[in-house]
Amino acid sequence: MSLLSITAMQTRIGQYAVLHNISLEVPEGGVFVLLGRNGAGKTTTLRSIMGLWTPSPGSVTFRGRDLTGMHTAEIARLGIAYVPENMGIFGGLTVEENLVLATATGRFDKVRLARITALFPALETFWTKQAWALSGGQKQMLAVARAIIEPRALILIDEPTKGLAPSIVGAMAEAFREIAQGTTILLVEQNFQFARSLGRDMAVIEDGRIAHSGTMAEFAADKALQDRLLALSA
Amino acid sequence: MSQTRTTGALIVKTAVLAIGAALLFAPFLFQDVRALEVAARICIFIVLVASYDLLIGYTGIVSFAHTMFFGIGAYGTAIALKQMGNGWDAVALGTLAGMALSLVLAVAIGLLSLRVKAIFFAMITLAAASVVLVLASQLNQITGGEDGITYRAPSLFSPATQLWQGADGKVATLFGVKMNGKLAGYYFVFLTSLALFVFMLRMTGSPLGTVLKAIRENEARAEAIGYRVVAYRTFVFCIAALVASLAGSSYAIWLKYTGPDTALSFAIMIDILLMVVIGGMGTMWGAVIGAVLMVLAQYYLRDLMELAAGATADLPVLPHLLEPDRWLFWLGIIFILLVYFFPAGIAGTIMRWGAPRAGR
Repeated sequence: MSLLSITAMQTRIGQYAVLHNISLEVPEGGVFVLLGRNGAGKTTTLRSIMGLWTPSPGSVTFRGRDLTGMHTAEIARLGIAYVPENMGIFGGLTVEENLVLATATGRFDKVRLARITALFPALETFWTKQAWALSGGQKQMLAVARAIIEPRALILIDEPTKGLAPSIVGAMAEAFREIAQGTTILLVEQNFQFARSLGRDMAVIEDGRIAHSGTMAEFAADKALQDRLLALSA
Repeated sequence: MSQTRTTGALIVKTAVLAIGAALLFAPFLFQDVRALEVAARICIFIVLVASYDLLIGYTGIVSFAHTMFFGIGAYGTAIALKQMGNGWDAVALGTLAGMALSLVLAVAIGLLSLRVKAIFFAMITLAAASVVLVLASQLNQITGGEDGITYRAPSLFSPATQLWQGADGKVATLFGVKMNGKLAGYYFVFLTSLALFVFMLRMTGSPLGTVLKAIRENEARAEAIGYRVVAYRTFVFCIAALVASLAGSSYAIWLKYTGPDTALSFAIMIDILLMVVIGGMGTMWGAVIGAVLMVLAQYYLRDLMELAAGATADLPVLPHLLEPDRWLFWLGIIFILLVYFFPAGIAGTIMRWGAPRAGR
């Protein structure tokens, strides 16, 4: 059974239909990559899974449990973390407070925290600093750290490399590889090289529809398909 | 560096500690009846402003019903003391009744309207506060109408009560202060206010306080990491209502009079708003500074202007500008200057001193 199943999901934002009959099966473990051009519906898909937009009709099931109509906070408590494109951190709170917020008990699991600070050493350096004062890369690290401060079954990450320096993108890829050993990641990404280095399974969204799905290895090998769906050579 | 660990934060906390010490020894430091009235009012308003800051400063809720809860607490205790006599049973029953009614109203308003947009919620609280004010003015039999209710506080707080008897059989004095019921009344207000303030301080310093700040900053983000925003906002609204109600009960015991003007008027709501803005939103320390400055200005600005007008009597124009009757005009000028020079409130602005600047 898939960890996450999306069946015939349609999402409207106001009078506009953004997603049309999206169906996806995200297996447990590894990184599942959702590719697509700007405005294709990738972010709307993640937001619909989180209940921030309500799909109608269609359904989203997580470990067999229907998430449709469920409150966002309840979905998060089922073990799904969401790292939005704008990182979703709280600028007025310190690094420590941002992380405490995502813990279930208000206390850190010391072993887990040590693992996270080993992945992102900058967070320890700026522990008592307010998050607005961090650089873009540090903010992204904080956003990802917040998603994994508690054990999660699924992490939805929206374009984590956007606007980051190449050296930080490399560090982020390393971090995601390690995180994916114990958690499933559904990654929305436009940076194909980054996505290819991480993804096991993938799908491409085009105009709110699934245009292709399969393994990353097959897709990476098919240059013509890449050009047609992502216009990489354009 | 966190804003709570800056040089500015140290300055603010030192100032608040000094204010706390001044209030603790107020009966001994300022030995006149008016000064004691001012000190007691400051204690009550610190609690009232801090509890309002839980809403507007920590959670981003704009409510105009805060004086309603204050008034319900005051009227609950006042009515019980009037009807049942000046025993502690009346104080307990009146206070509990006030808290219970405040809680019921806060839950009802919170659950029904905290889901809607902030402006609608503010309007609903304004309507509820207006209804309660009209009811208090019109239910003459119970509330005394516009005249309010006068009653006796428990005998422990009567000026005739001797807490400590001297060798001559009269009330003893300590550093020139009579050890009588008036002193006990002041310390009752001081300790009640201190306990409530420390409770709110602990609350805002706990993980719950962090959640509230997160909700204020971005509701959708708080929900996306698992927090039911409506539940938290309703909870905080209830806590603020209960604290305001307790402050009202305490004030009713101190004043021995409760009427629409002292407990329910919109002028009090405006005072609270000004105190929050002057002190600084989102910091409990700001409530202390705002309440102290505003109450002192309300009581002593006239006197100060009278002195200034006298001192400048020989100069042209100035004595007319400094006429004591113009004190509200000068209070307005001071408020505008404070907002201009301390945009985040006095405590909020000073606490930023020594913090890193944005845009690194």
